[in-house]
Amino acid sequence: MADKPRIKLPKEAAKGEVIQIKTLVSHVMESGQRKDAQGKAIPRKIINKFACEFNGKPVFSCALEPAISANPYIQFDARIDEAGTFKFAWTDDDGSVITAEEKIALKA
Amino acid sequence: MKAINRRQAFALGGGFVMLTLMPMAADAEVTGDAAKWIEKFTGGKQPVKGKISLDLPEIAENGNTVPLSINIESPMTADSYVKDVMIIADGNPNAGVATLSFTPMSGKAEAAIRIRLATTQNVIAVAKMSDGSLFTEQKTVKVTIGGCGG
Repeated sequence: MADKPRIKLPKEAAKGEVIQIKTLVSHVMESGQRKDAQGKAIPRKIINKFACEFNGKPVFSCALEPAISANPYIQFDARIDEAGTFKFAWTDDDGSVITAEEKIALKA
Repeated sequence: MKAINRRQAFALGGGFVMLTLMPMAADAEVTGDAAKWIEKFTGGKQPVKGKISLDLPEIAENGNTVPLSINIESPMTADSYVKDVMIIADGNPNAGVATLSFTPMSGKAEAAIRIRLATTQNVIAVAKMSDGSLFTEQKTVKVTIGGCGG
């Protein structure tokens, strides 16, 4: 299975601040267009959905197609109104889900 | 040849203004698969050019990983925010690239991803706002094959 996803976000933020979150997950993102040495098509295997939620509420999500590069990098923003936990989920074509969690605190 | 007089010059100028006011007619002759993707997303409504800034390299040396960043003008409040943004590459075997879904909690309608481009082509973004209005923007990316000029 893929390595642990890499996520970069600040440890704490002021209330109402908009922070930037960068994520990267290792994945081949096999497009289904390539052929192997025998000329047979290599079956498609990609991450088709990414979702991020904060304290159970959706923040950002995206549906991905084979035109996303290998090891998909996704950067987006989130507004922080309270301390809490971000949950990230990457869904594979085969149904497996890679998940990760990050906590963020409010600046005193 | 007869020199144009003042009145004709104005008429000509007006013609150019009309052309620039019809961006979809002027530059986006989206065909085939890409048009189908856009129609599915917009429900047949015509998006207006604007509000989106789409950032892509003019020349991509490696079509396997082309950085794309997008920023849409919006207050991102519960009443008015960017809902979905579809990104389409009209020269790829499968035109769809990604559909980004924002919420008011996103704070900013801004995202960056890395995409694959098969050849030199147009990358099109269509944004759907919470009030149902649609905006579009497109950029041409030159993809270098073999690494020695386009």
